[in-house]
Amino acid sequence: MSQSTPWFAVRQALTKKQVTTLTLLSFFLPILLWSLVSYVPFLWHPKVEIVEPGSVTWLKPGMLVDKSVFAEQQQLATEQKSALPEGVGANPIYLPAPHEVAIAFYTAFTTEPTRSSEQWLHESLWHSIQIIFWGFTLSSLIGVPIGVLCGTYVAISRLQEPFIEFFRYLPAPAFGALAVAILGIHDGPKIAIIFIGTFFQQVLIIANTTRKLDVALLEAALTLGAKKFQLLFRVVIPGILPDLFRDQRILLGWAWTYLIVAELIGTSSGITWFITQQARYKNFDNVYAAIIMIGIIGVVTDILLAKLGKRLFPWEKEQVKA
Amino acid sequence: MTKIELPSYLEQSEAVSARFDKLKQREVILEVKNLGKQFNSQQGVVTALKDINFKTHRREFVCVIGPSGCGKSTLIRILAGLESPSSGEVLLDNMPVFEPGPDRGMVFQGYTLFPWLNVKQNVMFGLEMQGATKASAESEALNWIELVGLDRFADSYPHQLSGGMKQRVAIARALANKPRILLMDEPFGALDAQTRSKMQANLIEIWRNIDITVLFITHDLDEAIYLADRILVLKANPGEVEELIEVSVPRPRHTDQIISPEFLATKKRLEELIHPPGEEDDADGLHMIRMAQVGDDVEVME
Repeated sequence: MSQSTPWFAVRQALTKKQVTTLTLLSFFLPILLWSLVSYVPFLWHPKVEIVEPGSVTWLKPGMLVDKSVFAEQQQLATEQKSALPEGVGANPIYLPAPHEVAIAFYTAFTTEPTRSSEQWLHESLWHSIQIIFWGFTLSSLIGVPIGVLCGTYVAISRLQEPFIEFFRYLPAPAFGALAVAILGIHDGPKIAIIFIGTFFQQVLIIANTTRKLDVALLEAALTLGAKKFQLLFRVVIPGILPDLFRDQRILLGWAWTYLIVAELIGTSSGITWFITQQARYKNFDNVYAAIIMIGIIGVVTDILLAKLGKRLFPWEKEQVKA
Repeated sequence: MTKIELPSYLEQSEAVSARFDKLKQREVILEVKNLGKQFNSQQGVVTALKDINFKTHRREFVCVIGPSGCGKSTLIRILAGLESPSSGEVLLDNMPVFEPGPDRGMVFQGYTLFPWLNVKQNVMFGLEMQGATKASAESEALNWIELVGLDRFADSYPHQLSGGMKQRVAIARALANKPRILLMDEPFGALDAQTRSKMQANLIEIWRNIDITVLFITHDLDEAIYLADRILVLKANPGEVEELIEVSVPRPRHTDQIISPEFLATKKRLEELIHPPGEEDDADGLHMIRMAQVGDDVEVME
């Protein structure tokens, strides 16, 4: 058997087995906590779910009432010697149990929408993914080249960055109304919000990454006879590509965080529409299912991109990541 | 400064001085004229280099040594065109140089291979910048890679190579451009002692076989004596040429010669130049403290 590293060795790599264990635990622990709170009644359960209303007329089976209210009613019934209400401890409606969310997760994809105008969950999701894709792609098409130029040429950086620094402090959702006025109520303003949320950070981050390229590489290229644009295209760009790719991965995550706001603008659509709609009907199991779905999409995309990065940039030494 | 009496071995035999006379008759490749460099710092103007004058001749191997902070690196960066001088000029084949160019190859102290290119592509880089076709650059590059003995690693990436191998590729990459002079800024400084002496032998072998002039910066006296025809000694504050020493150790040299009388005499002379006898006050003070401590220990022991 291979020797395993002590668990708390400072900045030492763990064995593969240890890493896998920890990765599983990082998901397992929150789920365990959730399960404990859901299935072990004495831990929390601040509500009582009515099973048998007894003599209390306003109670209905399945109703959730506060523990204190229920105790009061039981007291009253005891004093009046009438039938006691019966109930079991329960959690508030906003915290469904794991198995309920799991079922909702499954049924959300299998249940037909209640109205013909409504979308299936997967249709909502697909719509959201398209919004992200276009917002992020448009931002990258402009933001990445500007960022690289800012990081390479001081003049361009001085011309662009002060304004961008100013603009990035303006919250993207503040432009919602403006975007609707200009771009209409459908997908246009939503894509614009993702764009605004991503673009300004993107330019600054990419510029910074570009500046971090070792000057010695540029000097070496100069002594080898590289001139102006050769420096940009043959040294700067290939030199920063792995880091640029990593930045884009992080920025894509940020684009997702703007999604919910973006989709509330104009006509509500996509996964946000699904979430708000389900919350209105108090189907919180569906809300959790949708939120978890977003998380899964995010993590899977990131893992795929990380694998792609490794394949695209084989010269990159193993980054210390664990 | 009082004139130091020359040890007899530094006095050149007729054969040696004939060798240097012949060397100095060769065409001048690089000439440095009244070169000065000043920096503006928070403490005011700092003179890094002052009134530097020297020439290197074709196929000559010149080493530059000096204490840290004497402006060795600034000097070589100016020669490469990466920095501009405050005064004076640098002439390459009698033409002033202002900017970096492939006519002056440079090997840096740190590793500057392009990590996204393999060994072959790294060596091809300069040729392609010069407009060579891919095919001709490739065959040319392979020649140079063979010369530095890395043919088996042509397709490896820099991160797969050891430090010494990386510097060999850097040498091949600089030489592939057929520069007039090869500038080397403490290229073996980061290597372990064994690798370094192998690299030195390697470099001498390359230098003997091709038509190249070398200007090599180091702070290692043994390295300078082993490699150089002439050694330029810089002194610090401001960086000025202290002396230009002709190394009388005959070629081909061998690492065994490190204990030969010529070698030791040259080394002694260099040490005197870099650490003049008058400036040893601090060191003496330190010596005294050490002695006192030892004395105390002895007393306690008794």
